[in-house]
Amino acid sequence: MKPAKFDYVAPTTVDAAVEALRAANGEGKVLAGGQSLLPLLNFRMTRPAVLVDLNGIRELSFIELRGDRVAIGALTRHREIEQSPLIASKLPVMAAAMRHVAHLAIRNRGTIGGSLSHADPAAELPMLSLLYSASLSVQGPSGRRTIAAEDFFVDALTNCLEPEDIVVEIEFPILQQNGWAFEEVARRFGDFALASIAVSVRRGASTIKDARVAVMGVADTPLRLKEVEGQLRGIAIDDQMPDRFSELVTSSVSANGDLHASAEYRQHLLGQLARRAMQTALAAESDRR
Amino acid sequence: MSATVSVTVNGTKYDVQDVEPRLLLSDFLRDMLGLTGTHVGCEHGVCGACTVLVNGDSVRSCLMLAIQANGAEITTVEGLGTPETLNVLQAQFREHHGLQCGFCTPGMLMTGEDLLRKYPLATDDEIREGLSGNLCRCTGYQNIVAAIRAAAGKRAETVP
Ligand SMILES: Cc1cc2nc3c(=O)[nH]c(=O)nc-3n(C[C@H](O)[C@H](O)[C@H](O)COP(=O)(O)OP(=O)(O)OC[C@H]3O[C@@H](n4cnc5c(N)ncnc54)[C@H](O)[C@@H]3O)c2cc1C
Ligand code: FES
Ligand code: FES
Repeated sequence: MKPAKFDYVAPTTVDAAVEALRAANGEGKVLAGGQSLLPLLNFRMTRPAVLVDLNGIRELSFIELRGDRVAIGALTRHREIEQSPLIASKLPVMAAAMRHVAHLAIRNRGTIGGSLSHADPAAELPMLSLLYSASLSVQGPSGRRTIAAEDFFVDALTNCLEPEDIVVEIEFPILQQNGWAFEEVARRFGDFALASIAVSVRRGASTIKDARVAVMGVADTPLRLKEVEGQLRGIAIDDQMPDRFSELVTSSVSANGDLHASAEYRQHLLGQLARRAMQTALAAESDRR
Repeated sequence: MSATVSVTVNGTKYDVQDVEPRLLLSDFLRDMLGLTGTHVGCEHGVCGACTVLVNGDSVRSCLMLAIQANGAEITTVEGLGTPETLNVLQAQFREHHGLQCGFCTPGMLMTGEDLLRKYPLATDDEIREGLSGNLCRCTGYQNIVAAIRAAAGKRAETVP
C-alpha cells in the first residue's frame, strides 16, 4: 500500500465535485487521469485527506466546434485529442504535439484538464494553451469564471486555482495561419521535453503579417514570446529569416538548467529548434517533413 | 473506508470486498487475485512493467486505483495465451528471442497488443516510438522490435 490513507468520493456532476472539495476544507484533491497525481501519492509527496475522482462526470469529456473556437472538456483524454479529426483540421499544432505527450498507456488515461492543472514547465498542452490564447472555464463554490491561459500558470507545478476550483473546459481560438510548426527534443521519445517551440505564422507574399511563438522547457512556466512576435511583424521572408528568428528567440529567453540538461545546452537546443520550426512554418504545405 | 470491487479479469468475474481506496490496481491484481504476471518496477509510470489492458486500452496499473476499475474488463498477460497456445505476439517474442530475464515482458506484450490495434507500425521507428514508455534492462530492444514487427506483419491474417 503506497499512498497514505485518504477518503475517496466519485461524484457524477461538477456541482457535487465542487461541493465535495468545499467540504474537504482545503484537504481535498481532484483526481483526473492520475498520471501525475498517482506518482505523487505513491511517493507520499502529497497526502490529501479526500480524493475527488472526476472520472464519473460524463459532461466533462467532449471536443466541440463553437464558431471560431474549439472547446475541449477537462476530462478529455490525451488519446482522444491525438485521434480527433476536428483537432487535426482546426488545431493542427496541437494535433502534431500530441504524440510527444508521454506514451500510449499514459495518453489513454491522462487528461487535458489534468495536464494544464499540473502545470509542468515542460508539458506540451500548457505551452499550446499559451500559443492559442486559450481560456479556461473554472467552477468553484461561487460559480463559474473564465481564466486566460496567460494568467493560469504561476510557477513550476503551480497554477492560480483555489483548492475548491475545478477546470471544467478549455476554449481554443482557431488561429488564422498559413504556416506552423511544433518542434521538441526529449532524451527519450515521449519524455518531458528538454526544450520545445511552437510557431504559427500568417504570411503575405514576401513578409510576415502576424506570428505567434511559444516555448517550454526553458523556464519555470511555458512562455509566450510576445516581444519576438512584435519583431516578426512585417519582417521580410528570405533565406536568412530562420536564422534571424533563432537569434531573436535565444536573445529573448535565458534558459534554466537542471539535472537533465545545463542552461547552455537548453539554450542551444532552443536556438536550433527555433530555426527548424521557422523553416517548416515557411515551407509550402507539400514540403512539410 | 473501503469498497467492493467487481471486475472481470481475463474473462473471470471477481467480487472483492473491503478494498481500501488507496490500493493500486497493480497490487490488487498481484496480491488479492494472485495474478503475479503483472510486474511492478517503478510505481511511478516510467518503466511500463505493470501495463495491463482496461476496457481494451493499455494503462499503467500502478497509476490507477483498484476501485477505479470497478465494473471494468481487464486483460493481464495471463489472459493472452497459455504455454501450449501462445497468442500471435507471444509466439513472435519466442521466435525472435524478444526476452531474457522476462521482467519487462508482460508490459512489453500488453503495450504491444495495444500498439498493434491502434497504429499501422509500418516502420521500426514507429514501433520504437510506441515502445518508448517501456524499459528493458536486458535485450537492447532489438529483438523486441523484431517480434512486434513480425506480429504486425501477421496482423492481417489473425487478430488476437
Ligand atoms: C512517465 C510519464 C511521462 C510523461 N510525459 C509527459 C510528457 O512528455 N508531456 C506531458 O505533457 N505530460 C507527460 N506526462 C504527464 C501526463 O500528461 C499527465 O496525464 C498529465 O500531466 C496530468 O493529467 P492527469 O489527467 O493524469 O491528471 P492527474 O494526475 O489526475 O492530476 C494532476 C494534477 O491536476 C489536478 N487536476 C486534475 N484535473 C483537474 C481539473 N479538471 N481541475 C482542477 N485540477 C485538476 C490534480 O488535483 C493534480 O494536482 C507524463 C507522465 C508520466 C507518468
Ligand atoms: S511499475 Fe508501473 S510503470 Fe513502472
Ligand atoms: S528481458 Fe530483462 S528487463 Fe527486459
